[in-house]
Amino acid sequence: MTQLSVRPAWAEPPSRGVQIAKAVVIAIIVVMMLYPFLYVVMMSFASPQAAASGTFLPTSFSIEAYKNILAGGVVTRALVVSAGITIVGTVLSMVFTTTLAYGLTRTRDVPFSRTVLVLVLCTMLFGAGIIPNYLLVRSLGLIDSWWALIVPGLISAFNMIVVRNFFMELPGELIESAKLDGASEFQVFLRIVLPLSKSVLAVIALFYAVGYWNSFFNAMIYLNDAAKWPVQLVLNQYVVQGSTLTDLQPPNVPPPPSDTIQKAVIVLSTLPILIAYPFAQKYFTKGVLTGAIKG
Amino acid sequence: MSAPVHDAVSSPRARERVADSLAGAARPRRTLWERIKREKAMYVFIVPGFVFFLVFAYVPLLGNVVAFQDFSPYLGIFGSSWVGFQNFVDIFQDPEVLTAVRNTLVISLLQIVFSFPAPILLALLLNSLVSERLKRFVQSVVYLPHFISWVIVISIWQQVLGGAGPVAALLDKIGIHHVNIMTNPDTFAALVTSQVIWKDVGWGTIIFFAAILAIPQELYESAATDGAGSWRRMWHVTMPGLIPIIALLLILTIGNVLTVGFEQILLQQPAIGTERGEVIDTFVYFRGIAGGDWGLAAAASLFKGVIGTLLVVGANKLAKRIGTGGIF
Repeated sequence: MTQLSVRPAWAEPPSRGVQIAKAVVIAIIVVMMLYPFLYVVMMSFASPQAAASGTFLPTSFSIEAYKNILAGGVVTRALVVSAGITIVGTVLSMVFTTTLAYGLTRTRDVPFSRTVLVLVLCTMLFGAGIIPNYLLVRSLGLIDSWWALIVPGLISAFNMIVVRNFFMELPGELIESAKLDGASEFQVFLRIVLPLSKSVLAVIALFYAVGYWNSFFNAMIYLNDAAKWPVQLVLNQYVVQGSTLTDLQPPNVPPPPSDTIQKAVIVLSTLPILIAYPFAQKYFTKGVLTGAIKG
Repeated sequence: MSAPVHDAVSSPRARERVADSLAGAARPRRTLWERIKREKAMYVFIVPGFVFFLVFAYVPLLGNVVAFQDFSPYLGIFGSSWVGFQNFVDIFQDPEVLTAVRNTLVISLLQIVFSFPAPILLALLLNSLVSERLKRFVQSVVYLPHFISWVIVISIWQQVLGGAGPVAALLDKIGIHHVNIMTNPDTFAALVTSQVIWKDVGWGTIIFFAAILAIPQELYESAATDGAGSWRRMWHVTMPGLIPIIALLLILTIGNVLTVGFEQILLQQPAIGTERGEVIDTFVYFRGIAGGDWGLAAAASLFKGVIGTLLVVGANKLAKRIGTGGIF
């Protein structure tokens, strides 16, 4: 990729004015994207007075807010719930997505698999709407169950198609020769197809994990019991809607200043994404590109 | 999947061999049942996922029949009484629906004018950067907000732009008092549009980068040799390469004109109020799931879905007539 950094011989260097204009625009974009994150992180560590004063930069350092919300109250519990849903959901989604994707790779040989593929593709064009979906989940008895946050979105048609396209690009001879050596479909899938697809599987797993971690609306309509809430719902209640949480911290601990607490809750609920982001970054543009072009 | 083919070769093994030797030129001649049996392991892969899509994508479609019922969850779909098109008649006489449709269209229009072109402009700008490292850095910065949930995005915006944040404090210092951008109903449509741009402008560039990469470098080279400067190359080489994907995305956007960020608006509606903050989807949620008027809400949602489909088909026809090609 380094050779791309060199201006092609036929391209004239841009004028000074254009260069400056570009630099200014890019600087503004970067600041607008990053400053809100930095502000919230910095202020979550600020002392109560500084946080309430509305400054652009913090003037003091304190971890009181984190100590308080991680002491075992509602936020701690919600973080654990979110982590659990994310892990279980991502594993199940990957199992069901990759198996279906592999099952639909040989539509020429396997009767009816093309029909299944078309039916899956059609689901990308329409949705039933929130009311029928709610009624279905309700009639399955999943209200107030964490499964309601996982099962209805178990397979994303888009992700499945991206994985399937990747599987279809794998060298067919490898799979053929393994089968001649007596490997079953399952062995081919587990020992050849999956290990060769690590990059796309990493991207898709990231998409699912981010989706589960961020899931809000499903949790809001399906979980009436506040004790089961994931962190996004707690964040909405406490920060966006500004209601107080009665059991925010364990009893006998003095209530912390709500300004810093709010920011610390935001930071904690964003942290897993910020941690996963750099690892996934090197994969995802490539994965999304191949999927987007061929899908 | 036609009728069984009578094969002259009797021994199954020999038949298999003949079939395999023919495989290059013609399909193996086996009955449907034989083909299914031969590939039975593949159905273990297909069936679980297929059942998922049947249950969670196709069964709910049938659930839309509640739009024609005076539905009560206690009586269920089979116990509730049928009311024909009464719910559809009712939605057109409901002033709240009119408000919701108006707000939806205003927000959609703003988004088509501002959020839709934003990633195209950003992709062109980033594409014009020579330094690959700078380009990568800016890309990783602008993609980031895409991965953050709406709850977090709105929380962060509230902290920075809300009444207690640094922007309000700054405005206060220069003499503009009590500004809260986050709760002002009059600027809500603009706020929603800005949030969408902030969250997804970067992510939206990916598809345009893919299209730009597909443009042959020789085109740029010959354009430059013919004396075209960088602006004219952008206009006459890059833009034509982007037109098909722009047309495609515009068709999808028009099909979604009645859908505006549901979670995003639902979260902020309590602060804004229904006069400016109610859109079709939030109406469906508040009237139906929260308010218990299931039939009416389902009718509004179904009507929206039908209009959306008609719009996509119409936009697609138009795109084909203009000559940019459609989706189907």
